[in-house]
Amino acid sequence: MYRIRLFSVRHARAFEWIYKRVENMMVLMDPVFAKIGYNRVEKPIALLERGVKGLLFDCQMCGQCVLSSTGMSCPMNCPKQLRNGPCGGVRPGGYCEVKPQMKCVWCQAWEGADRMRENTRIHDVLPPVDRRLQGSSSWLRVSREKAAELRESRNAGKTAVAKAFSEARKIEPATAPLVPEPKNAVDREVRKT
Amino acid sequence: MNTYLPNDDLPKHEPLEPGLISGSRLERVLKAGKFAVTAELNPPDSADPDDVYEAARPLGEVADALNATDASGANCHMSSIGICSLLTRAGYGTVYQISCRDRNRIAIQGDVLGAAAMGVRNVLCLTGDGVGAGDQPGAKPVFDFDSLSLLRTIRTMRDDGVFLSGRKIKTPPRLFLGAAENPCIEPHDWRPIRLGKKIDAGADFIQTNYVFDMPVFENFMRRVRDLGFDKRVFILVGVGPLASAKAARWMRSNVPGIHIPDSVIDRMEKAKKPAEEGKRICIELIQQIRGIEGVSGIHVMAYRREHQVSEIVLESGILKGRAVSDKARL
Ligand code: SF4
Ligand code: SF4
Repeated sequence: MYRIRLFSVRHARAFEWIYKRVENMMVLMDPVFAKIGYNRVEKPIALLERGVKGLLFDCQMCGQCVLSSTGMSCPMNCPKQLRNGPCGGVRPGGYCEVKPQMKCVWCQAWEGADRMRENTRIHDVLPPVDRRLQGSSSWLRVSREKAAELRESRNAGKTAVAKAFSEARKIEPATAPLVPEPKNAVDREVRKT
Repeated sequence: MNTYLPNDDLPKHEPLEPGLISGSRLERVLKAGKFAVTAELNPPDSADPDDVYEAARPLGEVADALNATDASGANCHMSSIGICSLLTRAGYGTVYQISCRDRNRIAIQGDVLGAAAMGVRNVLCLTGDGVGAGDQPGAKPVFDFDSLSLLRTIRTMRDDGVFLSGRKIKTPPRLFLGAAENPCIEPHDWRPIRLGKKIDAGADFIQTNYVFDMPVFENFMRRVRDLGFDKRVFILVGVGPLASAKAARWMRSNVPGIHIPDSVIDRMEKAKKPAEEGKRICIELIQQIRGIEGVSGIHVMAYRREHQVSEIVLESGILKGRAVSDKARL
C-alpha cells in the first residue's frame, strides 16, 4: 500500500536495522537451507518474503532486492523501473513524471537513504535487473551469495555483470549473483504452480 | 556492377593520439580547453536524407557536434542511428542519443557497435521520457537499462572489450560517453551527487536540460565544484530560445523535466517582439553561463527555431578566438 510504503521510507533507519538483522539471520541459516536444499525452501520462503515485503514496501519480487541501497523505497515501483534514479522528469514538489499523483519513488529513496546509517550506499551504480529472477526469493539469494565461498563463476555472463558493476556486487550481491541458481529460483513456470 | 567495396567516406579505425578516447571533434575541443558548442537537431518525419542535411546546415556552422535525438518526448521520428550515419558520412560530428525507453540490452549493445562502425564517436545515454508523453502512448515501455547501467555497459564494451554477456568484442567501439543532467528540478539536493554517480558509471561529458533559472543553476554548480566533479567531467549547459510566453507555458506544463521561472515568462509576456526577446534572453543566459567556473560549453536546443542558432551563438561572443566555418565537420 502506498501509505505504508511512504511510512517505511520515513522510518528507513529503523527498517535498515531490522533488515540487516533479517539478512544476517538468513546468512546464518545458510547451512540449514543448504541441508534441506535451496530448491525446496525456495517456494515457501518466497511466499513469506512476498507477504512481508509486499505489505511494507509494495515489493514486486524482482528477486534482486536493493532496498538497503535505495533508502527502503522499492525502485520497482518507479514506472520506469529505474535502478539508478531519479529520472529527469520529476515534477515540482517531488511528484512522478509518469504518475503525477504519486511521490517520485526515487526522490523518496534519496530522502530515505539520508536517514540511514549507511547513507552512501545509494551512490553506487546498480546493474540492470536480471528478469529471469522475477518472483524468486531475494532473501535466499543474499544468503547464498554472502555465505557461500565465492568460487570463480564459470558463467561468463554472470562474471561480466559482476565485474562491470563491482561496487554494487560488494554491497548488494544479489544484484550481480555469482553462485549457481537452484532450479526453482530460475524456473518461473515451476514457481507459479 | 556487383562489387561490394568498403565505403571510402567512412572514418577508418586508426590508432589514436595518447590522451584521447574517441578522437571525436567534441572530445578534442573539450580536452584542448576550448568552450564547446553542441546543438540539437530536429529529426525529420521523412525517409529523405536531404531533410537531414537541411536540418543540419543551419547548426553545423557553429556547433562542434550535432545531437540526434532518439524519439525524444516519446514521439516517433527518424532514428538517431540513421541520422548519425548520414551526418557522419557528410563529415559532421555527431552525438548519438540512446534512450532506454524503446530498446532492450540486446538491441542497444548491437546498435552501439553499428553506430561506432558508421563512424559515430560520441554517445549520450538517456533514460528517456515515459511513453505517455508522446504520440504513441499505447506503446510498451522497455526500460531494461537505466541511463547509468547503460553508461556502465558501454564503458565495459569500450574499455574491457566485452558485451555484458561476457562475450568478446573483436574491435571495441571508441566512444566519448555522455550523460544528461537536469540541474534545475527536484530533488535539488541530490542532483549534484547523482552527477557524481554518472561519472562513476562512465560519463566523460554531461549535457544538461534547459537552464533558465540561474540562481538554482549556480547553486548546483557550487555543489559540483565543492565535490570536485567539474574536474572529472566536461559539463555542457542546455540553452535555447523561447518563441513566446504561451509556448514557454506550454513547454513548462507539457514537456517532462522543464523548469522555467515566472520571471522569464513575465519578460516574454511584456516584450513587443517575443521572438526577439526569446533570443535576447538566450544570449544573456549563455553569457552568464560562460562565466561560471566548471562549465565547459553549451548545448543549444532550439526546437523549430534552428534558424536562430547561428546568430545566438555568434552574438553571444563565446566563439571569439575560434575560427568559424563548418565547425561541426570532423
Ligand atoms: S527491490 Fe525487488 S525484492 Fe526489493 S522490495 Fe523492490 S521488488 Fe522487492
Ligand atoms: S519521476 Fe521518479 S518515480 Fe517517476 S519515473 Fe521518474 S524516477 Fe521513476
